[in-house]
Amino acid sequence: MTKPLLDVRDLRVTFQIRREGAMPWTAPTPLHAVGGVDFSLNPGETLGVVGESGCGKSTLARALIGLVPATGRAEWIDGKDLVAMTPRQMMRYRSDIQMVFQDPLASLNPRMTVGQIIAEPLKTHRPGLSSAEVKTRVKAMMEKVGLLPNQINRYPHEFSGGQCQRIGIARALIVEPKLIICDEPVSALDVSIQAQVINLLIRLQKELGLALVFIAHDLSVVKHISDRVMVLYLGKVMEIGSSDDLFADPQHPYTQALLSAVPVPDPDHDVAGSVVPLSGDLPSPMNPPSGCVFRTRCPRAQAACAEQVPALMGQDHRTACHFPGPLTEEEIARARKTEAA
Amino acid sequence: MVIQQDKMQSLAARMAQDEVKGRSPWADARKRFFRNKAAMTGLIILIAVALFALLGGYFAQWSNEDLDFAVMGQVATMGAPSLENGHYFGTDDLGRDLFARTVQGTQISLMVGIVGAAIAVIVGTLYGATAGYVGGRTDQIMMRAVDILMSIPYMFVLILLLVMFGRSIAMLFLGIGLISWLDMSRIVRGQTLSLKNREFIEAARATGVPSWKIILRHIVPNLLGVVAVYATLLVPLMILTESFISFLGLGVQEPLTSWGALISEGAGTMNYGTLWQLAFPLFFFVITLFGFFFVGDGLRDALDPKDR
Repeated sequence: MTKPLLDVRDLRVTFQIRREGAMPWTAPTPLHAVGGVDFSLNPGETLGVVGESGCGKSTLARALIGLVPATGRAEWIDGKDLVAMTPRQMMRYRSDIQMVFQDPLASLNPRMTVGQIIAEPLKTHRPGLSSAEVKTRVKAMMEKVGLLPNQINRYPHEFSGGQCQRIGIARALIVEPKLIICDEPVSALDVSIQAQVINLLIRLQKELGLALVFIAHDLSVVKHISDRVMVLYLGKVMEIGSSDDLFADPQHPYTQALLSAVPVPDPDHDVAGSVVPLSGDLPSPMNPPSGCVFRTRCPRAQAACAEQVPALMGQDHRTACHFPGPLTEEEIARARKTEAA
Repeated sequence: MVIQQDKMQSLAARMAQDEVKGRSPWADARKRFFRNKAAMTGLIILIAVALFALLGGYFAQWSNEDLDFAVMGQVATMGAPSLENGHYFGTDDLGRDLFARTVQGTQISLMVGIVGAAIAVIVGTLYGATAGYVGGRTDQIMMRAVDILMSIPYMFVLILLLVMFGRSIAMLFLGIGLISWLDMSRIVRGQTLSLKNREFIEAARATGVPSWKIILRHIVPNLLGVVAVYATLLVPLMILTESFISFLGLGVQEPLTSWGALISEGAGTMNYGTLWQLAFPLFFFVITLFGFFFVGDGLRDALDPKDR
């Protein structure tokens, strides 16, 4: 078995939240944005991360790249722990891990030309390059991501959303990283542009042997691009497995509910008959439920679920549930009834 | 296939084009500014005043220090503006040429205004951007220091400084420089806070760009619009402050002069029929203030078109 590019063990991100108007001496409330995530990523592989809003997807991405302080272990391929590094030690790895952001226009400095934007990581990590060399590389990269190299002196506001995202991708790729973290890279684009950007990512990944962590809430996009998929709920991994396996045979009730809600492009499709509704809202991460975090909304919840935190079980397809398996008709009916009430 | 070929050819043609020049946000703002009539009028006035300050000395027939003994003692009758004896703006109460004095006063007043605003821009921008970007306790300490300095009645301190250390231009610059950056640093800090969490800053941090470079390359250029507007409005405020101090008799010292000092002298003698002594310095003073305010307004409209 090959050594994973990135091996994450029990990664946690906790924010200390001070309540409005609290006295200075009262202890702040901890908010567990990411509560112990385990996964590993092989070179050249794509890991899709899905989950509803506020489940810690973006925080996970920011923790991996060192933008928010985290605890736990994230072992890079050379055996070094990224989480424990000082910013100075981290510098060497920053060119190996790059990020593509959600809002294409907001992630580009409006006062810089495209050439300056794409060159910035290069100037930071390869200070020895001459400016002519930088320019050649920037132009080559622009061509690679499907931009016209002669537009190097234009400003971000002169480009469309899809083009801006290509600029963002070019900026991430210019330092030849091994891993790119894409934080919802297509959710701000319209569907036809989404397809272009995703196909570009897939093509570049094949050409350059990149590993991707692809965060999205659009399950069909994730299914298209990912080798493996990780489902997050309230900062915890619910299920992780190969894309085909997970979409064909979801084991965790939450995954099943999530998959049932994927829109089907068929007007005759019986939505009410296929969606498994989840009652209630996402619990507050400041006060998560005891035991299994999903138990408050799970159609299969039992007394045991409140007591013990389920561990991730299984070999390749792993599930954090005390009672994994497909939902029965009876459970779906019960879920609908609670939702209706 | 033919369609594809057409596409490829047009693509190839576009690829072969020279580098396209981008239209920067600054260029856009410049275009909007030049279309603004009031602002352009203001700018022309300011250029004219600046030229007057720089080149006026070459046209003066008299030096600003020489007394014209022909008019001395009968300034009210002989010292009126005239082309014949070379006193274009008349003479002051002592018989000195008011044209040369006004040129000199304009130089000093503009210098005070511009130096004061420049100190505010440089110190205030860097201070505010650093406080806002670093945040946390550093921000608290830096901004509380500003609060404390602001709560001191600056006019009182300025007058005390001038009385204690003697009246000199350097002391005036120091005093005005000390107070002028406080407001600027507050404005800049506020702007920085709103910029700090934008994704492009996050992208730079994720790449590992050092903090000082992020401040200089990403934050400051995006602040400059606000700073430029505030700085143009600050220049007339500085001129006003200096004039006020000079009007009190504490500003620049003879033989140097400024608009405030000239206006003060002119106002002192306005009952004796020598109105020109007040009118000329006041005219330059007023049109300059108007010019700066119009330019500042124009800049604001040009730099954030959304805020209109």
